[in-house]
Amino acid sequence: MTVLLELKGVNKSFGALRVAQDVTFDLPEGQALGVIGPNGAGKSTLFNLIGGALPPSSGQIAFDGHDVTRTPASARCRAGVARSFQIPHPFVGMSVFENLLVASSFGESGHTDPEAAAAHILDITGLRHRANRHAGSLTLLERKRLELSRALATGPKLLLLDEIAGGLTEGECHDLVATIKDVQSTGVSIIWIEHIVHALMAVVDRLIVIDFGRIVADGDPATVMAQPEVQEIYMGISVEDAA
Amino acid sequence: MANRILQALLALTILALALAPLWAGRADLRLLMEVLAYLALAQMWNLLAGYTGLISVGQQAWVGLGGYLFFALTILGGVPVFAAFPLAALLTAVLAVPTGWVAFRLQGAYFAIGTWVIAEVYRLVAAQVGALGGGSGISLPVAVAKSIAETRMGREYVMYYIAFALAVIAVAGVWLILRSRWGLALTAIRDSEVAAESVGVNTMRSKFLIYVITAGLTGLTGAFLFFQKLRITPDAAFSVNDWTAFVIFIVVIGGIGTIEGPIIGTILFFALREVAADWGTWYLMGLGALAIAVMLIDKRGLWGAIHARWGLSILPVSRNLPD
Ligand SMILES: Nc1ncnc2c1ncn2[C@@H]1O[C@H](COP(=O)(O)OP(=O)(O)O)[C@@H](O)[C@H]1O
Ligand SMILES: [Mg+2]
Repeated sequence: MTVLLELKGVNKSFGALRVAQDVTFDLPEGQALGVIGPNGAGKSTLFNLIGGALPPSSGQIAFDGHDVTRTPASARCRAGVARSFQIPHPFVGMSVFENLLVASSFGESGHTDPEAAAAHILDITGLRHRANRHAGSLTLLERKRLELSRALATGPKLLLLDEIAGGLTEGECHDLVATIKDVQSTGVSIIWIEHIVHALMAVVDRLIVIDFGRIVADGDPATVMAQPEVQEIYMGISVEDAA
Repeated sequence: MANRILQALLALTILALALAPLWAGRADLRLLMEVLAYLALAQMWNLLAGYTGLISVGQQAWVGLGGYLFFALTILGGVPVFAAFPLAALLTAVLAVPTGWVAFRLQGAYFAIGTWVIAEVYRLVAAQVGALGGGSGISLPVAVAKSIAETRMGREYVMYYIAFALAVIAVAGVWLILRSRWGLALTAIRDSEVAAESVGVNTMRSKFLIYVITAGLTGLTGAFLFFQKLRITPDAAFSVNDWTAFVIFIVVIGGIGTIEGPIIGTILFFALREVAADWGTWYLMGLGALAIAVMLIDKRGLWGAIHARWGLSILPVSRNLPD
């Protein structure tokens, strides 16, 4: 088992607010890891730390055998880390196709034909019919799908997905799950933050629960969900969705 | 269709400008030179602020440096005029490297103020250079001016074509950059820096490169402007009003972050000036009010709003996915 991502004692504070506290875990290559936790627990911050948008206050992050703790986000992307943003950040003045073209041109090197790579991803994620539309004119759901598409177009080894299933219909959610499973089957490792627990459970091999910036549970998804303290933290959502 | 008409209009305008010495009088040529120089300045500020988000209010640093370097090279160095232009531009770009190194430590509003302070420092330094007339400035020796053409009208023609070339270099240069792979990155940075960074764009390097390139071309414009005036003083060379405030006005009303915006803005600016120049201070206050109105009504500016509503594009830079 090769470790793709390794966090060791990672801490992050905003002033007095500690949003990551001694976060330590390994992600084996090829794994799909789910992350749940209440709002404000520090899940998105964890992605900012792994993706390089924010430097940790202390601790180490290694990716693919290299220490990347101080590596800028763009270099991490080129090394193979891609992310979606919980609040979509489309390139609003560009077409959907161009949004992907930026990613396939500048992401992890190896796309000798960025146009073809971008077009291929649009087929996979079902955004092809929007290819030449202005990204600024997309609906929120389409913008979320663009986040996923653009991240995929970088050609990642590790894909970080931040709440992309919210608001989808049952059928759309089913398609999304299938897409993510397909991506994983090509060897891409995934960390997925999601409130729609049943969608998450259909994909992930492992589940981490975060509360107040701390990992409070980590392991087999069903076992983790069954823990009383997780039930307590997660009551509302787990009762409703895991059913 | 509408795009084609606009493109034909642009082509005709370029043709008319290329032939201007045939139809324009001396005063008209002078005005056109100023228009073309401002178009170059506006394209540079737009590339910097509109695409990389670096709001500089210190462009006068580069205009002034370009002008002073040109005077120093020709007067003190004896460098021929046509070699002094590219050299002044190059040296301005070289000076932008350490200047940028300082300015880039500052973010947002601090960056803006920082660029202004840096320009003031350059002005004070220029005023200390005794060999270039210190605080009272210096005139270009007649011999230098005459080296490009013997007659007065001949000089006007040569100067006009320098201005024409400057504007063409600025517009075509920006267009070529935006159509390149790098242009894709710059447009992405314009729309969301954090997302651009997340898909592998080295935003810091792009911003720094643009900062240095725009400084060089702004310096070239400065060299031309003061060659045309035949006289340079620290106050004129490093004027925040002339070389930054008016330029920002042009880009803001025309449409920031588009290549057409600065063109529209320049036309509008000079049209307004021709009409309202006698109004004195009221004219300046009107300009300010108009810029604020644009920002409140539609901060994309005139061209930005037109482009958004009708999808018009005179110099297209987008890449479509063929069906
Ligand atoms: N850049 C920031 N500056 C200050 N506080 C922040 C910043 N980013 C997030 N926070 C705060 O950190 C906490 C965790 O946020 P976040 O990681 O987005 O939570 P989650 O994704 O789990 O809902 C929240 O209280 C949030 O307000
Ligand atoms: Mg979040």
